[in-house]
Order: sequence, then C-alpha cells, then structure tokens
Amino acid sequence: MDVLDVGAIRRDFPILNERVQGKPVVFLDSAASSQKPAQVTQAMDQVYRRTYANVHRGVYTFSEQSTDLYDQARVKIARFIGAPAPENIVFVRNATEALNLVAYSYGRSALKPGDEVLITELEHHANFVPWMVLAKERDLALKFIPITPGGLLDLDRLDELITPRTRLVSFAQVSNVLGTITDPRPIIERAHAAGAKVVVDGCQAAPHMPVDVQALDCDFYALSGHKMLGPTGIGALYGKRELLEAMPPFLTGGDMISYVGFDRVAWNDVPLKFEAGTPAFVEAIGLGAAVDYLSALGMPAVRAHEREIVAYALERMSEVPGATIVGPTDPDVRGGAVTFTLAGIHPHDLGTLLDREGIAIRAGHHCAQPLHIRLGINATARASFYIYSELREVDALVEGIYKAKRTLRR
Amino acid sequence: MEDLYRDHLLDHYENPRHHGRIEGADISHEENNPLCGDKIRIDVKLGEDGALIADIGFTGDGCIISQAAASMLLEEVAGKTLADVQKLDTQDVLDMIGVTLTTNRVKCAALGLKVLKAGVYRYMIEHADPPCAA
Repeated sequence: MDVLDVGAIRRDFPILNERVQGKPVVFLDSAASSQKPAQVTQAMDQVYRRTYANVHRGVYTFSEQSTDLYDQARVKIARFIGAPAPENIVFVRNATEALNLVAYSYGRSALKPGDEVLITELEHHANFVPWMVLAKERDLALKFIPITPGGLLDLDRLDELITPRTRLVSFAQVSNVLGTITDPRPIIERAHAAGAKVVVDGCQAAPHMPVDVQALDCDFYALSGHKMLGPTGIGALYGKRELLEAMPPFLTGGDMISYVGFDRVAWNDVPLKFEAGTPAFVEAIGLGAAVDYLSALGMPAVRAHEREIVAYALERMSEVPGATIVGPTDPDVRGGAVTFTLAGIHPHDLGTLLDREGIAIRAGHHCAQPLHIRLGINATARASFYIYSELREVDALVEGIYKAKRTLRR
Repeated sequence: MEDLYRDHLLDHYENPRHHGRIEGADISHEENNPLCGDKIRIDVKLGEDGALIADIGFTGDGCIISQAAASMLLEEVAGKTLADVQKLDTQDVLDMIGVTLTTNRVKCAALGLKVLKAGVYRYMIEHADPPCAA
C-alpha cells in the first residue's frame, strides 16, 4: 500500500503555512471540518472565472458546461463510495440535511405509530434529533444501542433491541467523539433480517477510510463534503434506487418537477426530485475535485496514515499525568480523533491556552450531549487528524498541554 | 497568556465568592451554555422590600471563565437591587473580568449574568402588580 507523502500534501494546503498568535498553526480539528487543498479552491475558481451559469435550464454554452461539470461531480462521488450509479446520489447541504431528508421523506411516509427506530447512544445530534422529533410526531418508539465501558457499541444487545417492530436503524460508522469505528455489516444484516431499513451516518467515515455502500448493503448513507477536503454547503445522500423512487420529495419548487399545471404536478426523476431550487453546483464541483484528490492518495493509505498518528497520540497522551482518554484506546477501532479530559482543567480553558500556542483543538460536547450524559462528563477536549497531520503536531499538542498545566498550576 | 488566566481570575475560580445554595431563596434559576454544557445556578434571597438582594449564591460546573465571572458578578450585585441587576449587560461583566476574550469565550463569561437576569425577569413577571381594572 502507498504511504502518504505528507510533506507534498502539506504544500497543497496554503492555510497550513499561516501563523496563529505568532506561531505556525497546528490544526487538530479536522473532524469538525477539514482544510482545503488548492486543487479544490482552484476547481471552484475556474468555474466562476470561465464557465459559470445556472445548471439544467440554459441552452447556451456556459450553462451546458456547468451542467456537465455538475453531472461529472455526481459520477465521481458515486464511484468514491461504491454506489451503482450517479442516480443514487442526492446532493444536499451536509450530512445533517441528508439525515433530515431520510427522516422527513422516508420516515414520514413509511413509518407508522408503534414502529420502532433504533439508533445508538453515541450519535451526533444530527442523527439523534431528527429521529427524536419523528418519534414524537409519529408515536414511534425510539431505542438506543448502548455503549460498553470501553466506548464500543454493545452489539451483544442487538438481539433484544431489534424486534419485528423495528422499521429503521440509523447509526454512525465512526463516532465524532469517541472515534469508535463500528463495523456496520453485522448491524445491517440483523436489521435487514428483521425487515428494517438501515441508515449509515458516514460523516466521520467517508473522509477517512474506504467506503463501499454496495458491499455494506446499507439503504442510505450520509456524508458531508466539508469534512473531506470539499467546500461547505455540499454533502451527499446515497439511497437505494427503489427507495428513492418510492419516497415523496423533501423540498418542492423548481428543478424537482417534470410538469406543473394549475391543478397537478409531476415530480422529476431521481435524484433531481430531491434537489429543489438552484443547487450548490459549484460546491458540488469542488467536492468532485476533493474526491479526486482523496482517490489519488488512495483511501487505504489515508486510513493507514491516520491510524499511525492516532496510535502515536494515544501513546503520548498516556504519559500525561491527569489525562484520561475517552473512548477506545485500540487504534484499530479508533478513527482519526483522540478525545480526552484533563484533571482540574476544563476543556475550554485548555482550548484557549493551546490557541495561544497556535494549536487548534475542539472543546465541548461536540454536538453529542446524550453521549456526554451517558459518560457522566460535561465536556471533553478533542484533537483530530487528517492527511496533512504530522507526528510532530502530536508532540506540539502534548507540549502545549504541559504548558497549560503549568499556567493553571495543575 | 498570563494576561488571560491571570491571578485574580484564577483566584475567583479557586476561591469563588458567594458560592453555595441558599435556603428559602426567592429566586432560583439554572441554565447551561449550549456551546460547552457549562452550568450555573443562582439563588437570591430578597430583603423585606422585595427589591434588595439580601443574600445571593451560585453553584455550577464549568470552565475558569464562566465560574470566575459568576463569582465576580455576585460580588458586584450583593446588596444591590433587582433594578440594578436589570441594568447590567455583557460589557459590564467583561469590564469586571478585565481581560480580552475571543468571541466564543464571551458566552462563557456572560453565562452567570444570563442566569441571574433570566431569574430576576421571571420573578418580576410573577410578582408584578396586577394591572388596574379599567
């Protein structure tokens, strides 16, 4: 397998040369949003400079060129996650919108009172609140796969949690807090055996490891472009063709219709049925360039690089007095994020002190309050890594933590 | 960085003033900062006139900024009136702390005041004189 040439990669990310508080930036918050290579910003810049015009409607050259680029982006993303065809890919703003689309469109048309929806205790609010709202509205039972003390999903409980009434199962392939990598296949097999559909929140997985939605056999897969080198405002929902065909539209308006009369309307074909209004097509083209960039590196190499960094970070953090790792400590089941608490220092104070050293980490509940309730902690600090992260940045983090401890006399 | 976490801030964090719950409080209110989950609860015991803050205490869980700012705020308002509290705004709290905060951290500093003002506001509504019958 190829090994990442991190030095060469870093040259593609101009922002990594910036200085923060007079110090070279150490960016350790890619799980929240990744930085962008010049290839992505240039791809978007080229559209605006040379071929920009609204997609789908125009019969002139600019509009045709923009439409072609938009269609090509859909093909690239379909290939990237192993979807059978570009028609399986619905462009959305982000994974949050993808999950809401499933909850609103599939959930409200297919789920009946008394049906059960199964999610997990470690979900991001984006894969929690839409189901909570839907459960209240439709009188569904919302159930949770618990986590083990080691921060893994307790799959031994699946037999009792998946019942003949379970209609939908939705879970994160990689936890944004614990970093836990869950193998989706056993959950998907059990859910399908019970006749339930499965949504995989791939927001923290698709940027970091090979994904093949057909091999997984999931029914829906959600991802955010901005976490995988792409711009903000663009994400994708993969759906099985027959489900997308049967689902009612989520938003209505222009572009998503095939005919509108005064008394009737016919929906456009999948996936345009779900893309009302002018889409974020320049952003989609940017995401296409991001996917090209990742594909050229090779996703197995991306995963191997992050595994190496996380293993090193877990080792270095274990030496820090008062530091407690939250979540799995085995790098084989931990994605590119190390989450921790520090005795006597609130994560927010640590975040502010590290910022003075040019080090960017995230502090708080990371949009997963129910998980923090389960863990019995208010907030955690999280350092997360990506293709441009280096071992020396882990060293900078650990040094910064020691300095913060001295400053706060802890 | 010493400018931010300087001694008087750390002192208020380590030795918070007016810390604890107050039995028989007239006002009790708790809120959290959705950014980080920091929590503050403030209890207020009023004087006979129902306007003067006779006793005040806070409890909470959170970062140095949120907890130290609450301590400074309570030191400031003890013995004053509810009307005085209503006049305070975020800038007053920032002045009490006396350090420059980044945008996201201002929410931490303002949490105590937010809790206190919300509690006072609710008390005022519940104890407002009934409108005159016209």
